Parts: sequence; C-alpha cells; structure tokens
Amino acid sequence: MSLSEHDVRHVAMLARLALTDDEVEAMRTDLNAILGHIDEIQRLDLGDVAPMAHAIKVVNVTRPDVVTPSFPQDVAVMNAPQAENGAFVIPQIVGGGDEA
Amino acid sequence: MSELNLASATATEIRDAIAGKELSAVEVAVAMLARIEEIEPAVHAFNQVTPDLALSAAEKIDALVADGAELPPLAGVPAAFKDNMNLVGTHTTCSSRILAGFESPYDCTAVARLLAAGVLPLGKCNMDEFAFGSSGESSATGTAKNPWDLGRVPGGSSAGSAAAVAAGMATVTLGSDTGGSIRQPGALTGTVALKPTYGRVSRYGCVAFASSLDQIGPFSRTVEDSARVLAAICGKDPHDATSAERPSEDFVAATQSADVAGMRVGIVRDLLELEGVTPEVRQSVLDAAARFEAMGATVGEVDLPTSKHGLSAYYIIGPAEASSNLARFDGIRYGHRAENPTDVLDLYMRSRAEGFGAEAKRRIMLGTYALSAGYYDAYYGQAQKARTVIASEFSAAFERFDVLLTPTSPQVAWKFGEKADPLTMYLADIYTIPVNLAGNCAISVPCGFSAENNGVRLPIGLHIIGDYFAEAKVFRAAAAIERDLALDVRSPLVSA
Repeated sequence: MSLSEHDVRHVAMLARLALTDDEVEAMRTDLNAILGHIDEIQRLDLGDVAPMAHAIKVVNVTRPDVVTPSFPQDVAVMNAPQAENGAFVIPQIVGGGDEA
Repeated sequence: MSELNLASATATEIRDAIAGKELSAVEVAVAMLARIEEIEPAVHAFNQVTPDLALSAAEKIDALVADGAELPPLAGVPAAFKDNMNLVGTHTTCSSRILAGFESPYDCTAVARLLAAGVLPLGKCNMDEFAFGSSGESSATGTAKNPWDLGRVPGGSSAGSAAAVAAGMATVTLGSDTGGSIRQPGALTGTVALKPTYGRVSRYGCVAFASSLDQIGPFSRTVEDSARVLAAICGKDPHDATSAERPSEDFVAATQSADVAGMRVGIVRDLLELEGVTPEVRQSVLDAAARFEAMGATVGEVDLPTSKHGLSAYYIIGPAEASSNLARFDGIRYGHRAENPTDVLDLYMRSRAEGFGAEAKRRIMLGTYALSAGYYDAYYGQAQKARTVIASEFSAAFERFDVLLTPTSPQVAWKFGEKADPLTMYLADIYTIPVNLAGNCAISVPCGFSAENNGVRLPIGLHIIGDYFAEAKVFRAAAAIERDLALDVRSPLVSA
C-alpha cells in the first residue's frame, strides 16, 4: 500500500495535526518507507489466531465502591494554558448567539 | 569523608557507608550535585536537577541515622528519574515542547516507592520525545551523550537515565521500556538495565506511550542494585488496574547466590543470525553462553521464528496506542496552546503541530493510519494476531529453558546522525521488541567490549530473557555472568 498526498492530508486531519506542505511531502516519503517494511506482516498466515490486546489476563478490575478524595480543582487546572475561576478557558464552540 | 568513590560506588556500598556512619547522606547529596555540575554540561543527561529535593531527602536519612532508627533499603542512594515520570516539585516534560514547564500534579507510584526506600532524588532525565526513539536524538531539550564516547548516542529512549548512571552522576535511575527503551540504552552505555514483566511495576504517573507495552524499570551499575530497586518499586497499585497481584520476592538473594548449575540456557539461534548484527556482538553472546556452560548450566538452541516479525507488529501496535494516548495533548487542559486560534479545531491542529517534534508526528500519523477505516484489519488486527504467536513461541521456549540469550542491540553505540532514516533507527530494537509484545521480562547486562578504535572501546550488552514473573531467575543468570566476567564497566568519565 502506498500513501498519496491526499491520504497524508486526510490522516493529518484525523490526527489533528496541521502539517506544512513540506511536512506533508516528508511524511509521505517516511510513512511509505515504514509501511514498505511493515506490510510484510500481511503475508503471515494468521487466519485462525486469536488477537492479543494485552500481556496479562485481567478483566474488570474493581475497587470497593467507597468515596475517596479525588484530584482537587486547583491542581487540575494548574497546568492549563488559560483558566478562570477553576475552569478551563477555550474558544467558543457552540452558537454565536446571545447565550454569552 | 569516606574513601568511597561515589561516581562508581554501588547502592549497596553507599547505604552501608551511611549506615556505618562513614559518611552522611547530606555529604553524598552535596558530592553528587557537585559532580553533576562538573560533568553534566558535557553529557546532558538531565532535563532538570533538583538540589533542594535531594538535600531535604538526605537530611531525613541523616536524622534517622542520628536517632539510631532502622534505615530504609536504599537510604542515601543517589537516584534520578526519566522525565516522563511525575514527581511533585519537578517538571515532567517528556523532553517535548508540548509539555515544556508542565508541573507534576502528583507522584508516579514507582518514583514514590523509590523515595520511600530512601533514595536522594537528583533530578529528571533527558529522553527521546515521549519515548519515541532509540538514540536520544529526538529530544526537544538537546541530545544526551554517551559517556563512553561523547560523539556517540547513549541509546534511547531512556537516554539520560542510562547516561547518568554511566557517567557516575547517579547510582540508580528509572527508565521506561515500550520496545527496548531501558535495555537498549543499557547495552550501549555498559549499565545493567531491566524491563520487568508487564504488570510487575505500576505505570501510574508515567506518561503513557503504548499502554499495553510500557513498563518502568531500573538502570544500575550492578545486578544486585537492579534487584534492590525492583524490590522497592514492584507490587500491586490501586491506581493502575493492570498492576499485578504478585508478591515481591527476594530478588537480592537471587543475585547473591548467582548459582546457575543446572540452569537451562537457550541461545535464540535464528535471531542471532539476523542480518545487521555485527560479528563482535554475535560472538560476545556465544562467548557468554560458553561461560554459562562452564559454570554448570545446560546450554541449547531454540528458534523464535515469528519474533523477527515483531518489529512490524510493534510499529503498528505502538504507534496505534500512542496516537490514542497523545490525543490528550490538545492545548486545552495542559501543555502548549497556539496563539490566537480562530476556532477550537484550529487550536487543536496548531497547538499539536507546534508542540510535537518530527518523530512524535510520524508515530501519531502512522498509528492514526493503522487504525483508520479500511486499514484496521490489515494492520492492527494482523499485528495483534502476530503478537499472540510471538507470545506462544516464548511460552514453548520456556518449557525447555529457564532463560534465553540474544544480543540486546545488534551493534554497539553509533555516531550522532548515523541513522537519519527512521526505518534504520527502528531496526535498532529488533531484539528487545518481542519481549514487550509478549509481556515477559528481560535484562541487559554488560558482556564485553568492541575492539579498541582510536583509544575508545564500547560496551556490548547481553540480553537475558525470562518468562512471566521470572525476574529472580533472570537476576540469578545475570549476576552469574557479571561475576564470572568481572568486567570493569566504568566509563572514561569515571576515574578509578
């Protein structure tokens, strides 16, 4: 499989990465070289093998349902690029009407 | 002050000297901080040095000594942590611009446990950005150097953790290993480097790369010190649901007995014959196997035919998980935010573009592609199936053998810039990756040196692989070969 410039731009949008035209071209070259190697995995005959997602078999690990102190609000926002009154400040997402 | 050379002393020696009042923990901290000031500009193993934290920890140890109280197992031992592990009072940057200045909001469990064991926290170690790399060169904070030859890479991604120990700037350090990021720099710097079994050590507070592969482990000068650190950091943690309900064991006793009579040692023949492994590295593994036989072990051969496809499986699974994990760096809650965004999509796209370096972008793109509609079965699904086969081949091998031997790295430390092409760099982890995919444990222990070239010789690492939770066996084998070879593993930066 070989990635086109269009494919690279599509994946970059999915990954939320703004790439320059130069980066798109370099990425296309690099990814195609890497995929050229890892495509060999498709030649392995693995039809009936069960997929392995995790090294150890643990299922539904739970703790007692007891309320314990959680992350304090001031700590949660202390690394925020912009915060106000203990909340994260972001560009407006919804509307544009008079709800503000 | 005692005669102990702190730049080459072991954790055991330092703790004993403090317990015996030959020197105080504050003297250790002051001496190590002075050494870092002298050596660090040439090596750049640290992203941050923390004199206040080291000195206050040292004062607590000295108060215990003054009171005649029981000392914790690693009292006064100089330590440092890869910069993807949170420690309150330090930045945690993953050597990335996107996390520049990030203040640790809580402590990583492994770090907290090591501090509880009495170590002196000297700082946070340089690394490949988000642990994406095998040379340290993808760090956004400048590149760590190999103390054996400052023109060569220390390996990666735990580049600074390895370099700090090899340069005598820390006695033990913690790294993280997703595809070899502890063991490979361990081999390239002549240090002892352990990747514990997946789940043996909590991952809580270590910034996630690939959650099904990541594991924290130690760098040290001796196998015994490695065992002491593992004993301190292992065990169930309620904050990490994947940490194992597995009691600690007497790992230190395993290193002290170092008895391999009757141990079944397997040379992984097909991996040793891979293209790309240098003759001196291959020979040093065969020589080590002969030493095991001379010590009474039974040595045989085994093939792991699917492991050579591990690299492909890893470069699908690792980036796939990384692309998901790194989605959280979006400029909203923490990290770099682009100036004057027009809307929230623009904020995401430019914050990430400005914050991530080239290799991080490459892995995010690769993982996003492998998980995208139409390609999931061909890549991610197939890689997960290969992972099953790789793990089952290990299980079959461990029915015949107690430990398996391969090189840790196909070659010794290379020069900066030598592997500019990403795929060539990825091949550096061909021996370490299958162990992360299966989830079992392995150690790298120095087993020889390259031929001297321009007055420089470079360390070679032996990769000793064990079954799930077989760290005690791995330690026993590693301590036996360490004792038998009795190599002088002090780098040129550490005087006699």
